[in-house]
Amino acid sequence: MKKKVLCALLVAAMAAGTLAGCTGSGATDGGKVLNIYCWNDEFQRRITDHYPGYEEVDETTGKIGDVTVKWSITPNQNGAYQENLDSALLKQDDAKADDKVDIFLIEADYALKYVDSEYTMAIEDLGITSSDISDQYTYTQDIATDSEGKLKGLTWQGCPGVLFYNRAAAKEIFGTDDPAEVQEYVKDWDTFVKTAETVKEKGYSMVSSVNDTYRVYSNNVTSKWVVDGKINIDENIMKWVEDSKKMVDAGQTGTHALWSDDWSKGFYPEGKVFCYFGPAWLVNFSMAADQEGSIGNQGGWGATEGPQGFFWGGTWICAAKGTDNASEIKDIMLKMTADEEIMKGIVVKDDDFVNNKPAMEAMAEDSSYSSKILGGQNPLSMYCAAVETLDLSNLSAYDFGCNETFQNAMKNYFDGNATLDEALDLFYKAVKEKYPELTY
Amino acid sequence: MAKEQAKRKVVRYNKWGYIFLAPFAIVYLIFHLIPLITTIGNSFFENYRSGLKQIGPTFIGLDNFIELFSNPDIWLYTKNTLIMWILGFVPQIIVSLLLAAWFSDPSLRLKGQRFFKTVIYLPNLIMASAFAMLFFTLFSDGGPINSILIQLGILEEPFKFMSNTWSVRSLVAIMNFLMWFGNTTILLMAGMMGIDTSLFEAAEVDGATSTQVFWRITLPLLRPILVYVLITSLIGGLQMFDVPQILTNGEGEPMRTSMTLIMYLNKHLFSKNYGMAGALSVILFFITGALSLLVYKISDKKNK
Repeated sequence: MKKKVLCALLVAAMAAGTLAGCTGSGATDGGKVLNIYCWNDEFQRRITDHYPGYEEVDETTGKIGDVTVKWSITPNQNGAYQENLDSALLKQDDAKADDKVDIFLIEADYALKYVDSEYTMAIEDLGITSSDISDQYTYTQDIATDSEGKLKGLTWQGCPGVLFYNRAAAKEIFGTDDPAEVQEYVKDWDTFVKTAETVKEKGYSMVSSVNDTYRVYSNNVTSKWVVDGKINIDENIMKWVEDSKKMVDAGQTGTHALWSDDWSKGFYPEGKVFCYFGPAWLVNFSMAADQEGSIGNQGGWGATEGPQGFFWGGTWICAAKGTDNASEIKDIMLKMTADEEIMKGIVVKDDDFVNNKPAMEAMAEDSSYSSKILGGQNPLSMYCAAVETLDLSNLSAYDFGCNETFQNAMKNYFDGNATLDEALDLFYKAVKEKYPELTY
Repeated sequence: MAKEQAKRKVVRYNKWGYIFLAPFAIVYLIFHLIPLITTIGNSFFENYRSGLKQIGPTFIGLDNFIELFSNPDIWLYTKNTLIMWILGFVPQIIVSLLLAAWFSDPSLRLKGQRFFKTVIYLPNLIMASAFAMLFFTLFSDGGPINSILIQLGILEEPFKFMSNTWSVRSLVAIMNFLMWFGNTTILLMAGMMGIDTSLFEAAEVDGATSTQVFWRITLPLLRPILVYVLITSLIGGLQMFDVPQILTNGEGEPMRTSMTLIMYLNKHLFSKNYGMAGALSVILFFITGALSLLVYKISDKKNK
């Protein structure tokens, strides 16, 4: 008897599934499986900890009411995540209802590739209005807005970046480690490059690598990488080349890649690096603060705004076209990215800078909050200020390929293996390999 | 009657030949022949992905080839590949011949032969990518090699191994040499042990020195194996990918002077550009074929 009931249920489920599939590409409701594609367990942990009604079943499954949540986690290395997601999305129309992608996560570097495609649903089609999300930072919405002005993804994080300087070095070089006074020495790029000389005289590198400053310049461009199908290099990017070449030639910084061993030497006092650029997560989790003897461990970093505002990182939640769980997605998006109480919970538990102005501004005023790594400084007001200045209207779908290729090509120029023109040629050539439809 | 039965038996035995051949034929068909033909087919199409947009496939004739050849870079990558192969192959064949000659010479009575044969083969067991990663760390700007050289007073400041054309090429060559000389030694040794020992004895009776024996007897009789080693190494060398890819982070630094043909092919896979990648594969196929034929012809002529 039990078996018969089970059979009937299965048949019903299948029928429902096929019917749902019949409605075509529009979003529907009532799917029994919610498929989430992501590259690590960060979002999964946020959902487990903060989404009301989520029950964890095992490592890759969970339950919300009677809907099963399936996590497909593919690591990010070498584009494996995007490859997996792409093939799933391209098959979306033919996939069975329970196999269709419902939610997928994206990062800023390649956000537009998905946002500007028909595979991602607009937020308004899910029934989320702009008043629901008015407390979010504008830049987080700029990134996930397609070329027609439709918002297609939401995030719970903000990742504004600041300049972290070595306090001990600042005292030695400038005689002070006060953030406001140090800011005077790094307030714009020309001053920054001039300061690099003084820093070098005292035996320090200004930054660990030229790639440290790249993101700050590239976030402040006034034109896109591609204009009318033609590759275009923005003035501010060329300013980066000019400033960096000066600093490399004067031995004030290196040319190694971010995350390399050479790059992370400056996390320790003997690495002799004056400053790094990054958001809160960099100094909190990635700069060896848990290692005995590191600068972070001794509370030896200070934070100041630096020459220009920028951001680094962040994860956006997108709904896939053809999903059969529209109402669950809407609820997850609203709860995780627009519910002030839940977001405050994320700040307290996970140290994230959340995408909610009132919550963050309240924390910034709170004198009881201070960062041990930053020697007791409360950096939140600085982050809040930085995030307001961000203008990301010049992002393009080619950013991911172009930024990386540009840094790699320019390394040859900085190292003295090519002239500027040769390095630029190499860049054009390499971009054309990645995007054959472009011209230069 | 009896004759007919016998005939049938022959036919029946033949069947087994085909059955035993079948697995190879099927595997070859599915994994070699079909991909080979589709690759050639792909090379005539414009077929790539821009973001999530699929472009093509549209038949464009020889346009992919024209674009590849109109760009002088493909010759630079061919040159890089051959330079790095030769840099690695020359020491490899010399060391291998020497070791094989020693190992296979009974009069030397080498002790611990088994141990050394295993040890020289060991580097081949490490994954090429892991090996390249290890070298990358060893030779990085602030890596152990630079620290040692500075502490010994040989260098004033760190030498940027990864930013210098010849140091990168040499590192790739050294790695390939270390990985493959053991394998070549084993092959050459097998060839040397296959030579009739009476020839060596006769030479000894006639008063030949060991150098003479090596040049006049061992080498000429080893030629078939040498040609085999040369051609397989050439084909492997032209397909060189993993070591320089990992060592230079896929960029063939500096200024693509260590970029091999397959690394260039791999660049086209970012946009799933099957057309260009296909055309490049076809060119590589012809280059490999032509060079192998050349090597074969040259060594064949000497034999006559």
